[in-house]
Amino acid sequence: MSIFYFIAFLSILFSVLVISAKNPVHSILYLIITFFTFTVQYILLNAQFLAVVNFIVYMGAILVLFLYTLMLINLNKDSEPVKSNMVKFAAVLGGGCLFVVIMGSLKSLGASQPVLLKNPDLGLVKNLGKILFNEFLLPFEISSLLLLSAMVGAVLLATKDPKTTT
Amino acid sequence: MESLFNAAKTVPLNHYILLSSIIFSIGVIGVLIRRNAIVIFMSVELMLNSVNLLLTAFSVYRGDATGQVFVFFIMALAAAEVAVGLAIIVMIYRNTNSVDVKVLNRLKW
Repeated sequence: MSIFYFIAFLSILFSVLVISAKNPVHSILYLIITFFTFTVQYILLNAQFLAVVNFIVYMGAILVLFLYTLMLINLNKDSEPVKSNMVKFAAVLGGGCLFVVIMGSLKSLGASQPVLLKNPDLGLVKNLGKILFNEFLLPFEISSLLLLSAMVGAVLLATKDPKTTT
Repeated sequence: MESLFNAAKTVPLNHYILLSSIIFSIGVIGVLIRRNAIVIFMSVELMLNSVNLLLTAFSVYRGDATGQVFVFFIMALAAAEVAVGLAIIVMIYRNTNSVDVKVLNRLKW
């Protein structure tokens, strides 16, 4: 029980550090730790497939992509844009209002039951694969099209225009 | 693995909702207070991840694996979104020599 609260505290702490760190590289490193705490949460929920996918796709692929992009565009500290304190205060107020609204609607639900795992192999690869390739076969194929088009689009956008370079 | 889960099984569902909404609000604040386009993207990733955690918690709570399949699709979507978005950021940097979102204010209308 207490391990959940410890991990939850860590993920909140590091996500605050992500948005408050001055250096974008530090932001990315804190984001990696935040995603690692999410992986631990998935393991606590016994969603082992999601834990592995989160570990590989988010921490392995997406954040490396972020890090490479940041190193490619070579930001120095002087070019880091800073918003005025007024805008920052208004932004924190707006985000706080969103949180208060969600909490207000949550209060009306009352006390909830604890999260119990009725079926121990719910999040295992075998069970999820059966569901994914039976009921969700069409969305699975469409998501492959989405990834293909994203790959083509990324290559098209990020390569230099040959007319302007020559 | 089973004993690890037993350690977490007394956590009420409300606390998962609380954690996810805190992380989501932090993501919203991050989008609003930063002007670096890459950090804004990272805040969006934070928001996507909080929703993923909530979907998984509800999936375990209801004993229905459909929620976890949805999380899988959201992860595929996030990968595609990051690839295209970072390509756009690289293109913006090449044209304007900055990743400040303020330089894009000519995009209005």
